[in-house]
Amino acid sequence: MSPTTKKSLNPVPIKDRIKVPRQLMPEQPAEVRAHNFEEVNLGYSAELAQLEAQRCLECAKPTCTDNCPVGVQVKAFVELIVAGDFMGAAAKIREDNVLPAITGRVCPQEDQCEGKCLLSKKAKALGIGYLERFVADYEQRMGTHVVPKVTPTGKKVAVVGSGPSGLTVAGDLIQKGHKVRVFEALHEIGGVLVYGIPEFRLPKQIVREQIDYMRAMGVEFETDVVVGRTVTIDELMHEEGFDAVYIGTGAGLPQFMNIPGEHLNGVYSANEFLTRINLMKAYKFPVYDEPMLDLHGKDVAVIGGGNTALDAIRSALRLGARKAYVIYRRSDAEMPARAEEVHHARQEGIDFQMLTAPVEFLSDGKGWLTAARCVRMELGEPDASGRRRPVPVQGSEFDLPLSVAIMAIGTTANPIVQTTTPGLGTNKRGYIQASEETQRTTKKGVFAGGDIVTGGATVILAMGAGRRAANSIHQYLTTGEW
Amino acid sequence: MFKIIHAEFLAPGIKRFVIDAPRIARKQKPGQFVILRIYEEGERIPVTIENSDAERGTINIVVQAAGKTTNLLNTLNTGDQILDVVGPLGKPSEIANYGTVVVVGGGVGTAMAYPTAAALKHAGNRVISIVGARNKELVILESEMRGVSDSLMITTDDGSYADKGFVTDKLRQLIQNGTRIDLVVAVGPIVMMKAVSEMTRKENIHTVVSLNPIMIDGTGMCGGCRVMIDGKSEFACVDGPEFDGHKVDFGVLVQRNSMYRDAEQRSLAEFQRAAKALADSQGVEHACAAVSAGRQGDQG
Repeated sequence: MSPTTKKSLNPVPIKDRIKVPRQLMPEQPAEVRAHNFEEVNLGYSAELAQLEAQRCLECAKPTCTDNCPVGVQVKAFVELIVAGDFMGAAAKIREDNVLPAITGRVCPQEDQCEGKCLLSKKAKALGIGYLERFVADYEQRMGTHVVPKVTPTGKKVAVVGSGPSGLTVAGDLIQKGHKVRVFEALHEIGGVLVYGIPEFRLPKQIVREQIDYMRAMGVEFETDVVVGRTVTIDELMHEEGFDAVYIGTGAGLPQFMNIPGEHLNGVYSANEFLTRINLMKAYKFPVYDEPMLDLHGKDVAVIGGGNTALDAIRSALRLGARKAYVIYRRSDAEMPARAEEVHHARQEGIDFQMLTAPVEFLSDGKGWLTAARCVRMELGEPDASGRRRPVPVQGSEFDLPLSVAIMAIGTTANPIVQTTTPGLGTNKRGYIQASEETQRTTKKGVFAGGDIVTGGATVILAMGAGRRAANSIHQYLTTGEW
Repeated sequence: MFKIIHAEFLAPGIKRFVIDAPRIARKQKPGQFVILRIYEEGERIPVTIENSDAERGTINIVVQAAGKTTNLLNTLNTGDQILDVVGPLGKPSEIANYGTVVVVGGGVGTAMAYPTAAALKHAGNRVISIVGARNKELVILESEMRGVSDSLMITTDDGSYADKGFVTDKLRQLIQNGTRIDLVVAVGPIVMMKAVSEMTRKENIHTVVSLNPIMIDGTGMCGGCRVMIDGKSEFACVDGPEFDGHKVDFGVLVQRNSMYRDAEQRSLAEFQRAAKALADSQGVEHACAAVSAGRQGDQG
């Protein structure tokens, strides 16, 4: 298309586009959705998508793309939406992003593409995430994924972990003609997308559809394999004939605060709490066998201020909690959670106890949690992370009655792969050393990326690492140069 | 899907399964376990690996019926399938030549004690084994344990077989007789492991126990299996399952294992009711056989 044709397709003159309000995402009413696990956001209609797409300023130098870890060609796909070519828009996104229906839902767009949108200087940013989601869902409804034809290279790549970075590597490499086999420790494919993120934010059907598409492209999946235990990296390379390995195992080991009472019945890690609900479907007990504590009428708190914390406490609310608190030691401004999630959580009635931290969990004397002893905080000088350090306020202790407390204060590296792979360098926190540019590790033929390299981050950053890794794995496989 | 090559009861309620799992069979070492899920709606439970055959590509597990899942598992037979089996998980037992080792197996724990006893014997230790069970019928793996032990003592709670009493009675005798003991390995019910640890603490005998907390993933991801070791929280699935018995807070283990007791009892009761109804309707003598048949039918 020539520039003139493109312009003619958008009926709104450039200078007027900033006056068009950002199209609101249709959503389930807060009072309804607080009691179900169905998706909060309902998605744009074609009309809404086109109205929103028409707001794009079509920048000569699109900063949105520069600020996307996988480099989605935003301007190009948005133009295709304006033109009504939704399938074309989907194909355009897929050139850079193998999981658009997922990133369209869970990316922190305000920190990535939308954060750099020129519109956001004077008005609200273009709804890039909403548009991406619309296009991906449209493509899925049409059921006509185009499976690209490729020439086989005869090379085999093992991907360890089927979370967002592993899936990205698999999707990119299969399109370059390599054989790809993904190993997953759990019984379901998707990593944090299936055990961590709840149904109301990312329906599991969406994840399954994206994985089915990968299968259609030829990616092989093997579940129930704990690499490092069931098979080692060296065995994959020397005995099973894999030419390269990508490690995307995530930062799965939950952290605790090491305060008194953390072993009490009723204190969960967010990973366990969410895994019981999302992966094991414990909320459907007794149809499903995995049990969880009955939360009806109970007071529940999550400790932490990230997306995982909000996922956990909003799940607790949906499971009947009477009071649902977020206990966070800093203030609103420092909360790492996605802005939309915080907004949704407030609408649903989650009680945010900011500048507060537990110092001890109290019991009934029989091993069950009854309350969290908390202390109020104030912000002092900035710490190593650049955020102002929370300092306890003297004499501010109070007891918050609770039946369940969920620890969502971050995760660390799971050591299983590192400790069973000779020659694989790690840093002092136990994460795998990998080049930021190529994702190469210290071991020949082995690449790593995502949370197992950076520590806990976001889906899209993990996918960005996967993208870089796929490019450098391809280069390694075609040149043989390390 | 993992196929059951062979299934047989070792004792009432205790069944051994030989499962086709070539990857696990190649890697399994004494002291490790698997996590399995029988069917789509099933829970994930950790189960001891009793033995493996790398050449045949099979592992043996020994399961005692306690809750719904283990009861359901024990309805499965040769030729049936288990949906997921993952492992081998946990750190292997530390095998070395310690000198004289006393291996204590209580009840179904004997199945996990057995491969460790065999490896310790192979490493040159003098192995004295003590196997305890509630009664004669529940004594398992007697000949296997005898085969890897320099001497084997058996106790039953009710005296219906061998000597009446508890494994700790035998351990006390050994200590009182002045037997030099370099290491005690105890696998069995929590009360037994606790009693053994208390006895050996006084004598300063290093004691290793294998813990069985509630687990989901078995890879360190959920933290549900955290146990208190020397006042610190550790994950049994990746830091264990074997720990220094003198450092384990057994009280916390008992308390945490009770977390879902109500739900577990409800599951089991509903399973038994359904099994009985199915058996009545089909005129089948054993309720479990009916469930097994029904389950396989569901899967088409």
